Amino acid sequence: MKAKTIDKIATTIIVVFSLLIVAVLVGLLAFILVRGLSHVNWSFLTSVPQTIKAGGGIGPQLFNSLFLLVLTLIITIPLGLGAGIYMAEYAKPGRFTDAVRLVVEVLSSFPSIVVGLFGLLLIVNTFGFGFSLFSGALVLTIFNLPLIVRITEQAFRSVPKEQKEAGLALGLSKWKIITSVLFPVAIPSIVTGTVLASGRVFGEAAALLFTAGMSTPRLDFSDWNPLSPTSPINPFRPAETLAVHIWKINSEGLAPDAAEIAAGASAVLVILVLIFNLFARWFGNVLYKALTASKRTG
Amino acid sequence: MKAMKEGHVQIERSRSGKFQKHHMEDLIGRSYTMLCVGLLILIIVSIIYFVASKGLATFIQDGVSLGDFLFGSKWDPEGSQGTPVFGVLPFIFGSFATSLLAALIASPLSICASLFMTEIVPSWGKKLLMPVIELLAGIPSVVYGFVGLTVVVPFLRDTFPGQGIGIAAGAIVLSIMILPTITSIATDALSALPRGLKESSFALGATRWQTISKVILPTVMPAVLTGVVLGMARAFGEALAVQMVIGNAPHIPRSLFESTSTLTSAITLDMGNTVMGSVHSNALWSMALALMFMTFVFVLIVRVLERRNRI
Amino acid sequence: MESTFRTENLSVFYGKYEAVKNISLDFPDQSVTALIGPSGCGKSTFLRSLNRMNDEISQATIKGKIWIEGQDINAPDTDVIKLRQKIGMVWQKPNPFYKSIYENIAFGPKYHGIKNKSMLDEIVESSLRKAALWDEVKDRLKQSALSLSGGQQQRLCIARALSVNPGILLLDEPASALDPVSTSKVEELIIELKRELSIVIVTHNMQQAARISDYTAYFYLGTLMEHGDTELIFTNPVNATTQEYISGRFG
Repeated sequence: MKAKTIDKIATTIIVVFSLLIVAVLVGLLAFILVRGLSHVNWSFLTSVPQTIKAGGGIGPQLFNSLFLLVLTLIITIPLGLGAGIYMAEYAKPGRFTDAVRLVVEVLSSFPSIVVGLFGLLLIVNTFGFGFSLFSGALVLTIFNLPLIVRITEQAFRSVPKEQKEAGLALGLSKWKIITSVLFPVAIPSIVTGTVLASGRVFGEAAALLFTAGMSTPRLDFSDWNPLSPTSPINPFRPAETLAVHIWKINSEGLAPDAAEIAAGASAVLVILVLIFNLFARWFGNVLYKALTASKRTG
Repeated sequence: MKAMKEGHVQIERSRSGKFQKHHMEDLIGRSYTMLCVGLLILIIVSIIYFVASKGLATFIQDGVSLGDFLFGSKWDPEGSQGTPVFGVLPFIFGSFATSLLAALIASPLSICASLFMTEIVPSWGKKLLMPVIELLAGIPSVVYGFVGLTVVVPFLRDTFPGQGIGIAAGAIVLSIMILPTITSIATDALSALPRGLKESSFALGATRWQTISKVILPTVMPAVLTGVVLGMARAFGEALAVQMVIGNAPHIPRSLFESTSTLTSAITLDMGNTVMGSVHSNALWSMALALMFMTFVFVLIVRVLERRNRI
Repeated sequence: MESTFRTENLSVFYGKYEAVKNISLDFPDQSVTALIGPSGCGKSTFLRSLNRMNDEISQATIKGKIWIEGQDINAPDTDVIKLRQKIGMVWQKPNPFYKSIYENIAFGPKYHGIKNKSMLDEIVESSLRKAALWDEVKDRLKQSALSLSGGQQQRLCIARALSVNPGILLLDEPASALDPVSTSKVEELIIELKRELSIVIVTHNMQQAARISDYTAYFYLGTLMEHGDTELIFTNPVNATTQEYISGRFG
C-alpha cells in the first residue's frame, strides 16, 4: 500500500514538472510575442535605429543578420562537408581519427566569447579585416563548423552500406560514389541539420561583439557595389546584427522606447528561428523526394 | 544490338583512354577532405596557441602572480586606488555558482521531462515535449537575457530582498537554457534501454516508481550525468544572457540576490574598453584562458563518463 | 585445363581469424558455379574476395592468388576500379540506387564514358531485356527504382550489373529474399545469362543449386570439402558431410 502511495506521488511530481516546462515555454513565447509583436510593423522592420529618440527600427540589423548568415554558410558548408565526408568515408579507426573526433568535440564546446576573442586577435587585428561582416563570418564559421561536420558524418553514415557496395561493384571511383550515390541520399538530413544549425548562428551575439562590431554605417540600399563603404553588400564593413542589437539596447539603450524595441527585435528573432525550424523539416523532405525520386521513409 | 556492340567497344576504349580519370578523382576527393580536416586541426591549434600565449603573458610578461590572480578577491585593473590589482576569484566564483546552481535547477526538471516522455506516457509524451524542448533550444541567448531582465529580475526584486540581479537570476535564466541539453541526452539514454529490463522488474511486482528509481535511473545515470556536465559546460561559457542579469559588480556576493559577475560577463564588458597589450587586456585574456581550460575539463569529464557508460 | 578465372590457395583472414582456408577453385567460362554450405562457412567471404570487396573491411587480409585472364587481381599494380567493372555483383538484399529506373542502369555506362543519349537508351533497354524486366518497366523508366517490388528490384540490380558489360557475375544469395515467382524468374535469368558470362552464385537453397548450376563447391568451416559437377555432387558425393548437408540433415 505504501509503495503504491509513493508511486502516485512520484508520478504526480514527474507530470507536474513536465507540464511546468511546457508552461515555461508557452509563457516565454507568449511574453515575447505579445510584448514584441505589438511593436512590430513594416516601418519597424525597415527603418534605421535611433540613438536617443523614440521610433527607431531594426532594418539594417535584420539585413546584417541575414547577410552574415549567408556569408557564413558559404564558407562553412564546403569545409564542413569535406571534413564530415572524411570522417564518414575515409577515416580509418585509429589514433588520428580519434584525435580529429576530439578536436570536433572540443571545438563545439568552446565558449563563444573565447572564439570571439580569438577572432578579434587574429582576424580583426592581425589579418587586418577590422570589425567587419567578413570577420564575423569567419568566427561564426569556427563556431558552426563542428556542427556541420557532425551532421554530415551522421548523414553519410546513415546511408545503407549496400549503396556503396553497389557503386564499387560497378567500377565507380570512391569519390564518384560519394558525390553521386551517397550524397543524394544524405543531403536531406544535411540540409535539415544545417538549417537548424543556422538558427543557432542567427541568434549568436557574443562571438560577434568584437568581430562584426557593434555598429553599422549608414547604408545606402540603392548602392550594390560590393566595394563601396555604404553598400549593404560590402562584406568588409562593420555590421551590428539583430542579436547584438538586442544586447546593446538592453545594456546601454538610451532611446525612451528601448524596452519596446528590444521586445520587438526579440520577437522578430524568435519568429525567424521558428521559421528556420519549420522550413528545415519541410525542405529536407522536398529535397529527398526530388533527389532520390522516392518518398522518405522514417 | 549493333549499337550495344558499339557501346561495348566504347567502354573498352574509354577505359584505356581515361586510365587516369578515376585515380585523379579519388586523389582530388581524398586531398580535399583531408584539407578540410587539416583546417579544422589548424583552427583548434591556433585558438589554443593564441589564447594561451596571450593569457600567459599576464603572468610571464606583466609579472602578475598566478596565486594572486586566481585567489585574489579584489579586481581593480585600472588602479583606481593606487596600484592595479588583478584578483579574479569573484568572477570564478560567479561562474561556478551560476552554472552549478543552474544545473541543480535544470537536472531534476530534465530528468522528469525525459521520464515523462519515455516511461509515464510514451504514447504521446514525446509528441508534446520534444517540440517544446527543441524550441527552448532554438531561442537565442540574448532573448533569454532580455526575458530574464524584464521578467525574472523584477520578480526576484519584488519577492526577495535585494536588487533582483545576481546569481539567482543568472542561474534561473541559464537553467532554462541548458534544460534541452540535459533532457535530450537523458531521453536518448532512456529510449535505448532494453525492453526486458523494465518488464522483469514489473514481473516481480514492483511499482513504476520502484522500477524507475531502483532499475532504470541507476542504469542511465552515467548518461544523465554526461548531459548534466554538457549543460554545465554550456552554462559556464554562456556570456550575454548571464551578463544581462547578473549585475556585473566585481566582488563575491553575500546573497544570491546581490550583484556579482562571471568570467564571461567581465570579458564581454571590459574587452571593448581596454587597449590590446595592456595588463588589463592581458588579464582578460587570462580569464579567457581559464574558460578554455574549463572547457577541456568538461570535455574530459564527459569522456570519462562516456567510457563508463559503454561498459 | 585451367580456366581463365580461378583461385589458387586462397585464404582470407579477418584479423587473426581465418575465414577462408587455402581454397583453389576453377570457374569455367559460360558456366554457373554454386557455392553451398552451412551459414558461416566462408562462402560469402570467398565470393567477396573475388572482386576485392573485402578491401573495404580494414582488418581483412588475403593470402594466395586470384587469377582473371592471367592477371593476379591482388597484385599491387592492379587497378581495382577497372577490375570491378569487369566483375558484376548482386547481393541478397536488392540495393538499387535511390534514383530512377533509367538512371540506375545508365549510371555506370555514363561514368565509363558513354555520353550519347541514344546509345545510353540502347544500353538501358538491352540490359533490362536481358534481366527480363523491360516489359514490366518500359513505361515508367523515370520512376523511382524504389517503387518496384522486391523481385523487380533484384532483377533491376542484375540489369545494372550487366550495364557495364562484365565478364563475370557474382551472386550472393540473389533469390533468398524473394517470393517463389520472382525466384524462378531470377533462376531462369541466370541460366540465360551463363551463355555470355561465368557466374558464381552463393546459395542456401539446395534445389536451386541443383537446378541452375553446372558445378558445385561445398564449403564447410572455411575449407572446400568437395567440388565437381553438380550432378555428381548431388547424386554421389564423396564426402560424408556433403552428403549430410545436401540431404538436409544439418545446415
